[in-house]
Order: sequence, then structure tokens, then C-alpha cells
Amino acid sequence: MARMKFICDAERCIECNGCVTACKNEHEVPWGVNRRRVITLNDGVPGEKSISVACMHCSDAPCMAVCPVNCFYRTDEGVVLHDKDVCIGCGYCSYACPFGAPQFPSQGTFGVRGKMDKCTFCAGGPEAHGSQSEFEKYGRNRLAEGKLPACAEMCSTKALLAGDGDTVADIFRTRVITRGKGAEVWGWGTAYGTAEGKKS
Amino acid sequence: MMRRLSLTSLAMAALLGLAACGEKPQEMNANGVKQDNAAYSGVGQSQYVQSGWSAGDKGSWEKQLKTRAQYGQNDYTRIAAQPK
Repeated sequence: MARMKFICDAERCIECNGCVTACKNEHEVPWGVNRRRVITLNDGVPGEKSISVACMHCSDAPCMAVCPVNCFYRTDEGVVLHDKDVCIGCGYCSYACPFGAPQFPSQGTFGVRGKMDKCTFCAGGPEAHGSQSEFEKYGRNRLAEGKLPACAEMCSTKALLAGDGDTVADIFRTRVITRGKGAEVWGWGTAYGTAEGKKS
Repeated sequence: MMRRLSLTSLAMAALLGLAACGEKPQEMNANGVKQDNAAYSGVGQSQYVQSGWSAGDKGSWEKQLKTRAQYGQNDYTRIAAQPK
């Protein structure tokens, strides 16, 4: 196995926010914390593009590099996780992360800014797998249940792919080769026609 | 007798005072990040566990995830796999 990776196909994402909802429901994420978000560029303009963003589980994660208490660790599958019992909620990771993945609850025992919360690739945290304490701190551990992240599995258009990097790359490669490289097969062109289509 | 008693109480007070000097280790990350078990070790008895692989067997876990990814996310292979 290579490393666990996400990839979002901007040609397929329809900004339904199904991934966001699946994540919030699966892990019972509180208000104000969004482990996953859908970002839309040129919203409302024909040809708008959306992409679903969460922690990308970087191979050289900047959050790990800047954490002053060294609460991050990487699993054998390449999933970047953190220990909430060690985290002090300083927020350095949120400044370092290029994806805005680290989230901070605005209420709780740690005052205004609580301990950091982020996407776990549905791999839980450093508690006993499937335990109540793991669920309360980090959410469900779907990987240990033999499943893939809920966001990708619930994606209606399969824009969001998750899994072993080799498998995800294989799926995406097949898709690109089959459909062509742009929006001529999927997306705007399919739904509303293309300039070439109008001519013929 | 009185002297012995006062000496004992003095020793007790000194012991109590010394005990107050004890403190927890303050090194950063003194206890370290907890060790996480491998994902393929499974979650034990749970109704949510996907069947088709055995906990603790890394090979079967990887195969399960690969099969699940291909079946659930690769619509081209699903289309090809459909009976005509």
C-alpha cells in the first residue's frame, strides 16, 4: 500500500455539500467546526468550478513541522493525525496549513479557542480503535472498520476520491483517459451544450 | 517522653513540607504522543465492521480497501462489470 490520499475532480464537483454533511454526521462534528468544506471559484458565473477541501494528509506536513508540543504523528498509511491530549490549542498549525484544515471549536473546556480538530481520513486517533473515547475526541474510525472516508463514499458524482494513492491515481487516470481532459464530456458542456455543439 | 513526641512531630512536619516540594515533570510532551494501533488491527466486535476481511491481516485489509475503492468510486469499471 502506498499512502492514503484525497483527490477532488473539479470537473465533477457540483457543490452539493454532500461530503460536508456526510463528515459532520459521521463524526458528530459540532457547530462552527468544518473538517471539510466546498470552495467554489467564480460562483454563479457559467463555468464555475467547485472543489472539496479538507486535510490533504501532506507527505511533508507543515502542521507537524510547526507544532510546538509535537502532537502530530503519521500512521503507516500516511494519514496525519494528532493527539488532542497533547494539543494546547495554540493555532500555529492553522497558520501553517495551506488548506485551512485545522479547526478550533469556539466553546469548551479550553476557553475561547479549544483544541484543534481536523479531518482524520476517518482513521480516528490515538485511542483504542472503535472506543467511545476515540469517537468523542476524533470521530469514527472507518479505516479500522474496513471502510473508506465517508465524504468520498457519499459523494454523489464521485468527484471526491479517497483511498490508497495508487488506487485513486488509477481511477482518476482511467476517468481522464475515457472522458477527455476537460469539461467536454462531464460538467457544463454535457448539461448545457458546447459552442461546437451549437454549430453542428 | 515529651521530647520524643516533639521530635516525631517535627519529623512528620518536615516530611509533609518536603512532600509539597514534589512536582510533575514539566518537559514539553513529557508523556509523548500516545501510540496508535495499526488500522488493519480492526475495531474488535462492532456492528459497523465491514465483512470480507479479517482483523490483524494487513493483506486482506488492503485488498478490502482496494476492492471497495474500485467498486465504490470507479464508475467506469462498474459500468463494464454490469451484466448486459
